[in-house]
Amino acid sequence: MLSVKDQFPIFSNNSDLVYLDTAATSLKPKRVIDKVVEYYSEYSANINRGIYKLSERSTEEYEKARVAVGRLIGIENPNEVVFVRNATEAINLVAYSWGRKNLKRGDEIALTRTEHHANLVPWQELAKEVGAGLNFLDIDEEGKLKMGDIEKWLTDKTKLVALTQASNVLGTINEVGMIVSLVRKLVPGVIVLVDGAQAVPQMPVSILELDCDFYAFSGHKMYGPTGVGVLWGRENLLNQMQPFLYGGDMIEEVRFEGSTFKTTPVRFEAGTPHIAGVIGLGEAAKFLMELGMDKVRAHEREITEYALSKINEVEGIHVVGPKRAEDRGGLVSFTVDGIHPHDLAQILDERNVAIRSGHHCAMPLHARLGLSATSRASFGVYTTKEDIEKLIKGIGFAKERLA
Amino acid sequence: MDLYRENLLDHYKNPRNFGKPVKEEKFMAEELNPSCGDKIGIALKVKKDKVAGAKFWGEGCVVSMASASMLTEKIKSMRSLREIKKLTGEDILKMLGGKEMIPPARLKCALLGLEALRKTYELG
Repeated sequence: MLSVKDQFPIFSNNSDLVYLDTAATSLKPKRVIDKVVEYYSEYSANINRGIYKLSERSTEEYEKARVAVGRLIGIENPNEVVFVRNATEAINLVAYSWGRKNLKRGDEIALTRTEHHANLVPWQELAKEVGAGLNFLDIDEEGKLKMGDIEKWLTDKTKLVALTQASNVLGTINEVGMIVSLVRKLVPGVIVLVDGAQAVPQMPVSILELDCDFYAFSGHKMYGPTGVGVLWGRENLLNQMQPFLYGGDMIEEVRFEGSTFKTTPVRFEAGTPHIAGVIGLGEAAKFLMELGMDKVRAHEREITEYALSKINEVEGIHVVGPKRAEDRGGLVSFTVDGIHPHDLAQILDERNVAIRSGHHCAMPLHARLGLSATSRASFGVYTTKEDIEKLIKGIGFAKERLA
Repeated sequence: MDLYRENLLDHYKNPRNFGKPVKEEKFMAEELNPSCGDKIGIALKVKKDKVAGAKFWGEGCVVSMASASMLTEKIKSMRSLREIKKLTGEDILKMLGGKEMIPPARLKCALLGLEALRKTYELG
């Protein structure tokens, strides 16, 4: 079990805080906060521009962060790590820069029924724009993807497959490597995008093993600052794509009549980026690598197993998603008979327990489950068994109050 | 800030005027909040300008249900449709104990009943 709560200043500033909403955003370790503050107080210059020491230092730290983030996902080529605002922007970038040029009327996009809005809505809009169709892979009663349906899911018109590595509602960890290898056998030449927002903070991720073409994740979910995220993409693919935003930094040469553009990653990083955010994210990547993602995964599993066993003891509680902790990431979504998720979250808040209630940016998934809303407790490296116990006590208290 | 005060919980556990009318009323409408699934329906028995009865139905959180329950009581005490149509969100929040008692994230819940009521005017 990890014991890192003391590395997170927010706990000293909020005594008794039981934070169970890491899937929404993670809390930040002091070293990440300090790294951001260090940029602003010691060398706060723009990158790539200045021929002075401060700017050289900014550029160096920014590019070191790019390398560190790449290493976290098993990538040695920094050109394939593009910094964006968040996973949502990463996916929109692919829809915009790759999708619009490469999809045409009659083509198909293959998704699953468990996607977060970020990995659904951009494809809906793209499909409307180009006249493409959407196919959804369904789940079984445990919330696992129906592997037997994969052949039906894909057709010879499928040009893009987009799926999540770990569901933010069900907790299901999808066997992406296996799915992708099946996909590539059935539809050679298809492009695969993986949403890794929930996976990267919790388990070892190896892009090479997944064999995908694009991988998106958010900095703020992996103990990094808000406002920064990552799109990993194959270098040759990125260089074939039209840029996303145009302007400074991404240009090679500009004349009044027209301009030429640089190659990846700068190709997709127009304008001054969230320099402090990227540098902080690099530090977060180091934080995770030093903890060891195997240990992080083991910790999440143990907490989840404990949470599942305790939650299932409560009468009237219904958990969604896989029954076994080893099949899921660190979160448990559930309903409580007779208690509306809003009321549960509110009463828990009175006891300093923070959970999330609602549709968790997955309205269609909830409709598929026959639910309008669920309550969700999600775990991070700082989550302890005591946190889970306080959650259970809080649920009991809510039941008394509202019964 | 104790949102779950006695009288709110009382209205939630013992909702007043609860039950969807079996017969269709002219002034009858439902409002849904898709992000949480709360649903409130309101029905008014109206003769000329006089409201002779009000009922509500649906399922939702404590705030939305208690608010709708209190709203039907208020409607019955007011009786004049013209006056009832003047009810605002501020009035609802006052009924619930004041704007400060409702966290911003729950405002939509508090006003769901009023939304349903306003929908009845369009249909009625």
